[in-house]
Amino acid sequence: MGHTTVGYALVLFGLACAAFAGTVGLAGGLLRNRNVTRAVRWAIYGFSLALILSNLVMVHALLTHDFSVKYVAQVGSRATPTIFTIVSLWSALEGSILFWGAILGFYLGIFALRYRNEHQRYTTLTLGMMGVVATFFAVLIAGPANPWVHLANPPIDGPGPNPLLQNHILMIVHPPMLYLGYVGMVVPFAMASAALLRGELGDAWLEPLRRWTLVPWMFLSVGIILGGWWAYAVLGWGGYWSWDPVENASLMPWLTATAYLHSTMVLERRKSLKLWTIALVLACFLLTIIGTFMTRSGVFNSVHSFTQSDIGPTFLVFIAMILAFSIALLSLRGSLLVAESRVQSMLSREASILFNNLLLTALTFVVLLGTLYPLITEGLLDKKLTVGEPYFNQMAVPLVLGLLFLMGVGPSLPWGSADPKAAARRLMLPTALAVGGAIAGAAMGMRGFMPVLAVALAMFAATVSLRALSQPARERMRKNGDSILQALLHTARHARQRTGAHIIHLAIVIIVVAVAASRTLQIHETRTLQPGEVVALGNMQLRFDGLSTGREPHRSWISADVTLTHADGARTVHKAGAGPRMNFYERSTDPIGTPLVESELFRDVYVSMLAFDKTTGSASFNLWIFPLVGWLWYAIPFVVLGSLISLWPRRRKVAAPVPEASASASP
Amino acid sequence: MNSEGLESKRSAKSRRGPLLAAGALLCAAGALAFIAFGRLGDNLIYYWSPSEMLAHGASAYGPTIRLGGLVKPGSMHWSPSHAELRFVLVDGESASAASIDVLTSKTPPQMFREGIGVVVEGTFDISKTFRTERLMVNHGNEYRPPRNDAEFKDMLKRAGNPEAMR
Repeated sequence: MGHTTVGYALVLFGLACAAFAGTVGLAGGLLRNRNVTRAVRWAIYGFSLALILSNLVMVHALLTHDFSVKYVAQVGSRATPTIFTIVSLWSALEGSILFWGAILGFYLGIFALRYRNEHQRYTTLTLGMMGVVATFFAVLIAGPANPWVHLANPPIDGPGPNPLLQNHILMIVHPPMLYLGYVGMVVPFAMASAALLRGELGDAWLEPLRRWTLVPWMFLSVGIILGGWWAYAVLGWGGYWSWDPVENASLMPWLTATAYLHSTMVLERRKSLKLWTIALVLACFLLTIIGTFMTRSGVFNSVHSFTQSDIGPTFLVFIAMILAFSIALLSLRGSLLVAESRVQSMLSREASILFNNLLLTALTFVVLLGTLYPLITEGLLDKKLTVGEPYFNQMAVPLVLGLLFLMGVGPSLPWGSADPKAAARRLMLPTALAVGGAIAGAAMGMRGFMPVLAVALAMFAATVSLRALSQPARERMRKNGDSILQALLHTARHARQRTGAHIIHLAIVIIVVAVAASRTLQIHETRTLQPGEVVALGNMQLRFDGLSTGREPHRSWISADVTLTHADGARTVHKAGAGPRMNFYERSTDPIGTPLVESELFRDVYVSMLAFDKTTGSASFNLWIFPLVGWLWYAIPFVVLGSLISLWPRRRKVAAPVPEASASASP
Repeated sequence: MNSEGLESKRSAKSRRGPLLAAGALLCAAGALAFIAFGRLGDNLIYYWSPSEMLAHGASAYGPTIRLGGLVKPGSMHWSPSHAELRFVLVDGESASAASIDVLTSKTPPQMFREGIGVVVEGTFDISKTFRTERLMVNHGNEYRPPRNDAEFKDMLKRAGNPEAMR
C-alpha cells in the first residue's frame, strides 16, 4: 500500500485519459465533429495532472526513503544529499521514463489550455495526436518500464544513485533541459500531423507551429551544451564532445529542428517548401524518439544485451509506427500542400535557406549513419564495430563551415532576387573582417586550414549579425535622437524574430570560435610530481603541495593541494578538497574524479589527478590550458535570450501602455 | 492553380529549372553518400574482447582495434620515468580468462586503476603486445539498474541488506 498503489493508480488513470483523448480526438477531428473537443481537452488535462502527480508521489517516496517501492530501493539511499535524492527521479530507466511522462503532461496541459478558444480548426486533431503519443508513454510506464513495483520485504537502505550523476551539480539541470527539448517536440509533431490529416495548412497555424518548435529547440540547445559542460567538468579528459551515441542522439533532432526553423521562414513568407517543412517537423519527432530509444534501451552496449531490456521492443514498434504514419501521411496528403511560389533566383534569401537546409540534412544523415552503422553491422553481420571519431570530424567540419558561410550570406540577401552588385557591396565589410580574423587566428598560433577558415567564417557571420542588430538602432538614434538603450530596445521590440535570430547566430559563432581555439591552441602537459615539485605550463606554474583527504556524508575524497602561479605573479591556492580530487562513493567500486578548473574569461586552467601514491605522497596529473573554452557555456545566455526575444508575444494593440509601442507591429 | 498563370509567362528555360534542381540534388546526395561511406570505411574500428581478438589470430595484426576488458589486478607497471605504462587486459575475473599485454605512452584517465573496466584503442602485432594511445574508462552515461532479481539481491547484499541475507 501507500506510494506504490497511489502512484500506479495515477499512471493507469493517465493511460485511460490518454487513450480516450487519442481515439475520440482523432475520430472527432476526422469527422469534423467539434462537439467532442471539450471532452478531449479535459482528457488531456486529466493525463497531465495524473502524470505530474504520479511524479510528485515518486519524489515523496524518494524523500521519505520508502524502500518498499522497488525504484526507490534501486536508486535511493539515506546518505544521499536531499538534492540528489530528488534528482534520482531521473537517474535510472524507470524513473526517467516516468519523468518523461510528467514533462509530456506539462507540455500537453499548457497547449490544451493555451488554445482552448483558438485555432478550433486544428485543435481536435492535434489533441488527438497528442493523446496517441501520450498513450504510448503511459503504456510504457504502466508496463515495461513500470517504476511502481512493490517490494514485499523492503530493504533498510539502498545503494543511492549512480555516483557519476551525483558528482556534479550540472546533473541536476542538464537532464531536465534535454527532456524539455526532447519531449517538447511532441507538440509540433502533433500540430503538423493534424494539419496533414486535415489536408490543409493555413497561414494562421504556421506561427504557433514555429513558436512551439522554438521552445523545445531552446531547451534542447541548452541541454546539449550543458551535457558538454558536465563531461568537461566531471570526466577529467579535458573534452566536451566525443561523438558518443548518446550525444549524437541529442544532436540529430536539434539539427532537423534548426533546419525547420529556417525553412519555415520561406514557408511563411513565400508559401513554398510546404511539404519539406512539414517533413522536417515529423523527422524531428522521429529522431527524438529514436534518441530516447538509443539512450534508454541499452542498445548501445550491445545489440545482444538489448533483448534483455523490456522497453527496447516496445520502442521499436513505436518508431516503426511513427515512420509508417509519417510516410503515409506525407504521400497521401502531400499533394494538398502545394507550393504557391518557387525559388526564383539562386541569389536570394530563400535560396540560401534552401542550401542551409540541405547542409543541415546532410549533417543529420552523416551523424545518423555513423551512429547506427555499428548497430546494423552487429545486428545483420554479427560483427562488432565502432565508428571512429575522425569519421565524424572529417564529415562534419566542412558542412559546419558551409553553414557558417551561409549564416553570413543568407541574411545579407533580400527575399526574391538580389542585385549581384548590391549583394557584393553588402558583403565587402564582412569579407574584410573575415580576412582579418584569419590573420589574427594565424598570428595567435592557429595552424591548419580548417581552424583558420573556421575563425574567418565566424568573423564573416558575426559581422553580418552585429550589423543587422546595430544598423536599425543606429538609424533610429540619428533620426529620433534616442539613447543607445532606447534604440536597441525599440528595434528588439519591433523586429523580434530578426533580433532573436541574430543573437542566436552570434551564440553559434561564439561556439565555433571556442571549439576552434580550445582544440588548436591548447597547451597540454602530463606529469608525476613529488610534494613541493613545480611544473611549468605555458606562462604559468603549478606547484604540488601534497595530498589531503576528507569525508562528506555520501562520499570521501583524496585531493591534491596545488598552488597555481600566474604570469603576473598572482597565486591561487587550492587545498583541502578544492584541488583536483578523486571521490569515493561508499557503494561504488570506482572513484569519480573532479578536475580542478580555474576559469578565466579567456582561458581555463584544467588539472585532473590521474593517480596518487599514498606511500610516497606523489601524484600524477594531466594539465591543460584551454583558450576560450568557457565561451562554449557562456553562449547559453545568448541562446536563451535570442529564443525568448523571438518568442515574446506580440503586444496586443489595445493593451499597449506606451503610445509609441502601439504602432502596428512591423515584421 | 494560380501558379499556372505565372508558369506560362516564364520562358521554357525556367521551366527546366525544377528538373535541373532535382538532378543537382540527386547528384549532391549521391556524392554525400559516396564520401560518407568512404570515410566510414576508413574509420571503422573493430570492437573485441581479448578472447575474441585472440580468436582472430594473425588477421588481428594491423587494423585499428578497440579492446574492451578488465585491467588485471597487480599487472600495472610504470616504466621508471613514468613515460610508459604496461598492464594486462583480461576478459573477466576468472583465472583462465584470455589476457593481452597492453603498452601505452599516454597517461590514462583519472579513473584508471587496477580491476576497472576499460576500452583501449590501438593495434596488435606479432610481438603479442597491444599498443594504444587512447585509453577510455567504461562509464555509462546512465546508471544501469540491476536487470534481474539475482543481480538485485546481489546489490542489496553488498549494501548490507537483511532481505538479501535470507
